[in-house]
Formats: sequence, structure tokens, C-alpha cells
Amino acid sequence: MSQEFSLFARMGKDLQASVLQELTFELKVSRVMTPGPYTLSSQHLMDDVKNVMRERRFSGIPVVDAGELVGIVSVQDLMRAFEEQALDAPIKRFMTSKEHLIIAMADEPVFEALKRLEQTRVGRLLVLNAEHQLVGMLTKGDIMVGLLRALEDAFSREEEQRRQQHPRRFFEALVSDETSLLMRYRIHANDFASGGKASAQIKQALLQMGAAPQLARRVAIATYEAEINLIIHTTDGGYLVAEIRPERITVVAHDTGPGIPNVELARRAGYSTASPLAREMGFGAGMGLVNIDRCTDELNIWTAVGVGTRVEMVFNVTEDGAKAGK
Amino acid sequence: MILRDVVAQLGLQVLAGEDALDQEVTGGYIADLLSCVMAGAQPGQLWFTLQTHLNIVAVASLVGAAGIVITEDAPVAPETVKRAEAEGVVLLLSAEPTFETVVKLARLL
Repeated sequence: MSQEFSLFARMGKDLQASVLQELTFELKVSRVMTPGPYTLSSQHLMDDVKNVMRERRFSGIPVVDAGELVGIVSVQDLMRAFEEQALDAPIKRFMTSKEHLIIAMADEPVFEALKRLEQTRVGRLLVLNAEHQLVGMLTKGDIMVGLLRALEDAFSREEEQRRQQHPRRFFEALVSDETSLLMRYRIHANDFASGGKASAQIKQALLQMGAAPQLARRVAIATYEAEINLIIHTTDGGYLVAEIRPERITVVAHDTGPGIPNVELARRAGYSTASPLAREMGFGAGMGLVNIDRCTDELNIWTAVGVGTRVEMVFNVTEDGAKAGK
Repeated sequence: MILRDVVAQLGLQVLAGEDALDQEVTGGYIADLLSCVMAGAQPGQLWFTLQTHLNIVAVASLVGAAGIVITEDAPVAPETVKRAEAEGVVLLLSAEPTFETVVKLARLL
């Protein structure tokens, strides 16, 4: 029941009307018809028709002689037989014969069959295959059920697609021994105007993937400091590379110089080598590495004067985003 | 307290982020050193500063500040306003010095 409900609930909201139309074009009659109909021969009696209709609640029975469709006998025909008190007459006398039958081909679109049902106002179409053998019957009810089924299929396909697109499930959909997402940014020296752009984008990505806000914030703050360091302190800028794994995030800032002469000193709060311009802008508080240390679970700095610096910041993914072990 | 009410009570000028004034203000943070703000400012706080360059927008956005209040009618570059507008960061201007502005906020909270 709930499945039906959700199907209908969604029909109005997510589906455009054209989807239904498209489906009636795409669906073939053979997909929605009731196959293998019950048949009688033209030599059967109208009394047989009465019995079959009463027992099986049919309102029309195709008449087939030696494998070939020759007509159909309906409730109206049966009523005529009653009126004429001719239940012992063969079907042949009352049936609608072949040339007056309204038929549908198994391989034509439901749209065409539906149009024919509307125009002729008959209750059912007899469905023939390419060899003109009777293969099924088609009523509006069949079409409705068939369309609903097709809609359901379309929805579950769409749902599946949506599931795979959802960032939270992103990693679940990718199978490898170790899957990660890499985000790489080129940071230019002295490009103060772009400062924080990479950090903001990494933060955004993390939030979209379902990271706890506190984790996204920790990563953003540490990454921002590293990003600003690349802008303020490097000769030629550098790269920020964020590797996002389901259980761990690593952000590496690397550059090609000038390198840090004394890392111990650089990590001390308040110590800064920032230019007067940078200080005027509020940078160079001597808090960069201190902030990074505070936000990371692991901080590794490799540096050599004249060669460059590589700052590796590791964040463990925790449920609430708080620093692991604190 | 809602930011829109703070803006009205303190007589602040809204330079950017008119659409984001319906958020809750939880407190304030005062510093002109960006790293201090990164370290100390908490989401939902108003950041009071005399810095007016582009980067303050990124800092406010990264820490999730309710907004930036630039005090003493310090001239703000059009690029900063534009960036704030683009990032949806609330940028406010106070005619009074930081102390007077903050005292008023403190009485409201």
C-alpha cells in the first residue's frame, strides 16, 4: 500500500505530464495486454457463452476456429440471444464477425491502441501478432496497470540514480581497496584577493558529503592558514591538495621555497616573518601554524631552505567532527 | 537575538547580505588579526574589525560568523562589498568606534 501511495504522491510533484505521454509512445501493446485470452469456437453455443461469462466474469470472449480469429462474442450478443430465446444457437449466429473487429497489433505503441479505444468506444481490443494470430486482449484497465508499472520502473531507476548522485553515498558507489577524492588548487603568491577561496571550496565539498559541521570547520580553518601562508610567504606560490577519504582527510600545502629556516620558531605563537603589507591587512599574527596545530589530528612539516616546504595536515573523520581523542 | 534587530538597534548600515539578516546572533568577537578571528570567532557571532579588504569576507565565511561589523565608518572597498554580496556574507558598517558599538550590542544580548 505504501508503495502505491508513494507512487501516486510523486506523480503530481516530480513528474511532468509529458512523461506519461512519452510512456504511452514508448510502451508496446504487448507489454500491457492480458496475454493468452480464453477463447471459444464458433461452434460453441450461446449457452456456453453464458456459463463462461458468469463463471469467469468476462464481458467479451474471442472466437477462434482452428487457430484463426473469426470474431468476438460480447454481453450484448448474449442479451440478444436471450431476447430471441436462442441460447442453444451456435456463437456464429450472434458474434461480431472478424471484419467488424477492432484490433490492435502487439508491436504498436499503447498510444495508438488507446486512441482507438477512445474513438470506437469499444471496451476491449483484440491483440494480434505479426502473423495475425490472437495473442491477447487489451482494455483501458490493462493500459492503466501497465502504465503504472512502467512509471514505477521509471521511478525506481530515477531513485537509484538519485541515490548514486547523492554525495553522502558517493563513496559507497565507488568500490576499490581504498577510494579517495582529490581536490587540487594552485595558489599564487601575493594573490591576497583569492585568499580563502580554496579553503571555502573544500569546506563546501565536505559539507555536501555529509561531514559534521565541526569537522568541516576544523579543516577549513587549518586549510585557510596554509593557503594564506602560500600567498604571503612563498616565492612562487604552491599547491593545496586535499585528499578526502571516508575515514580521514589529508590536506597538503606544498611550495618551492623559500623554506622555513627555523620550524620550532615558526610554530611558536606570535612569531611571524610576514611583510609589513601583510601585517597591515591583519595577516602575520604569528598564529598560522598554531591554528593549524590546534585544528589537526596530525601535523607534519618538512622544509628545507632554498628547496621548499610541505605541510601535511591530517584530520580524522569523527561522528561529531570533534578532534579525535579530545 | 535576530541580526535584523541588532542592525536596527545599533543603527548599522547594511553594505551587503540584506537577505541573510534573519539569522540568530549569539555574541561577538573583536580582532583585526585574521588568524585570531579564525581561531577564536564562533559561528553565529558578529565580528568587529577595522579591516576592510577582500579577505575579511573569506574569514567570516569560513568561521561562519553572523556578519562583519566594520566600525568607525572605515571606508570599504567596492570589491569587498561585491565579494560579500556574492558569498552571502553580511557586511555592516558602524559610524561609532568599536568600543561604543560593542557596548550597545552587549546590552542587547
